Amino acid sequence: MPEFEWQFTLVLLTNGVMIGLMYALIALGFVLIYKATDAINFAQGEFVMFAGFIAAGAADLAGAPFWLSALLSISGMVLLGFGLERVVLRPLIGRPVIAVVMATIGLAAVLRGSATLAFGGGTRAIVMPVGDEPIALGAVMLPPVQLVGAAVSIAFLAAFSWFFLKSRIGIAMRAVADSQQVAMAMGIDVRRYFALAWAMAGVVSALGGVVWGAMLGVDNQLALVGLKVFPVVILGGLDSIIGAVVGGLIVGIVENLAAGYLDPYVGGGTKDFAPYILMIAALMVRPEGIFGRRRIERV
Amino acid sequence: MLALNNIEVVYDGVILVLKGVSLVAEEGRITTLLGANGAGKTTTLKAISGLLHSERGQVTKGIVELDGERLDRLPAPDVVRHGVTQVFEGRRVFENLTVEENLVAGAHTRSDFASVRDGIERVYDAFPVLRERRHNQSGYLSGGEQQMLVIGRALMSDPKVILLDEPSLGLAPLLVEEIFGIIRRLRDERNLTVLLVEQNAALALDIADHGYVMENGRIVLEGPAETLRQNSDIKEFYLGLNEVGTRKSYRDVKHYKRRKRWLS
Repeated sequence: MPEFEWQFTLVLLTNGVMIGLMYALIALGFVLIYKATDAINFAQGEFVMFAGFIAAGAADLAGAPFWLSALLSISGMVLLGFGLERVVLRPLIGRPVIAVVMATIGLAAVLRGSATLAFGGGTRAIVMPVGDEPIALGAVMLPPVQLVGAAVSIAFLAAFSWFFLKSRIGIAMRAVADSQQVAMAMGIDVRRYFALAWAMAGVVSALGGVVWGAMLGVDNQLALVGLKVFPVVILGGLDSIIGAVVGGLIVGIVENLAAGYLDPYVGGGTKDFAPYILMIAALMVRPEGIFGRRRIERV
Repeated sequence: MLALNNIEVVYDGVILVLKGVSLVAEEGRITTLLGANGAGKTTTLKAISGLLHSERGQVTKGIVELDGERLDRLPAPDVVRHGVTQVFEGRRVFENLTVEENLVAGAHTRSDFASVRDGIERVYDAFPVLRERRHNQSGYLSGGEQQMLVIGRALMSDPKVILLDEPSLGLAPLLVEEIFGIIRRLRDERNLTVLLVEQNAALALDIADHGYVMENGRIVLEGPAETLRQNSDIKEFYLGLNEVGTRKSYRDVKHYKRRKRWLS
């Protein structure tokens, strides 16, 4: 029976925060699309996987250096985002939500299949040029890959927050999310902003694919990371960037605490479902999430 | 000058909503479009602003012109760029945005940031309440403030023509008076062309220079506001007055049902 040790807890918490930030990055892709277009993207995990494959493939097959393969992955995912919006999502504008949901589920299968088709079924590696030697952060030793992942996450979460809150394009995007018809009447080309949202989700997925791919290796299993997006966004709020960060941190920490304190008693496995129990509880208590917007009701 | 010539609008490919509407809104004048629910007033505005596409409507015939330039068949953002902005009924603010962000979004078609800042200041000068509330989330403003915000937001695109849909809807009489005072001032100070859709005929004819009456997708009556105010059919059916000009009693309605003269 493990004694309570502050250092063990600290390790779990630090790990939770690091992983949580990286969940937040992936969840951000989901939030961007939901915020701007009201579409629920069930293919977010496959986006991440596909991006990982592009990066790993470029390095493995063409011998590209890390930075180049990351850049290739980002530009590839931007193109994919634009393309999917144009070909698959745009014709579905105005259709029931379920049509979009089913389309993205179909898309997920297509992406999984075509990644295997193009890059083979084996696991590929993404090698970050940062070494393997753990770095001491106070009393906690952390692998450099995780630190880079967390740093990238913080940088881009901050950048996207600024973009949405302060830039004119960000304000226009929020206006589109608020009411498409009124936005159109203001001269905002709604379809352009839909495309932009998908492209931005592509960027975020590419970053997620590279950092998660570097940690876990790239194969079909990488798409499973996307499933963690759901507890993150339900907890934080489907349409909130801050919510994605907080939700990501909660999920990361809960997961690690469950792994550290519950798994030894029950023989493992709680790590994988603890966030979902939290999600179900959140749906009952606060369905719009911690930072999600509530409908303003006038009385 | 905004001119509609024989506009026909069809929804869903089969439902004929506007059956040949022609009207003119003179520059620097307030033109009002009156009519009951479902007469086609809002559809007329959407036919001008290019917003029919989003609801499966289509201008199938006729021409919309602003100072000689064709506006029909242009997508909505281009119509705004040509200087025509619509204000929806029901105070449709971007609820989750602050007052100032609403204004910034309204200036979307203007690229020069300095002129946007300038426009915001001008709106605040016209509506001092909005300056006080600039950082408040607009969904929580009062009804009157929201109506001011949507008008201010429309001004941000620096329009020549503004299409106002029922600005009096659901507002207290005192507020309505204030809003209408502002509309009049915009005409006088900025030489703004206003096309005003209203159900409240008495109010609209009071500030308008010219008026049209719509029924069943057609214009049935037209004239200077002063003439329309004196028209006995308008008095009877829109102002609720009888021939002598006194308020109508419901007892009389039972006895004698007047027939609208334009339904011959």
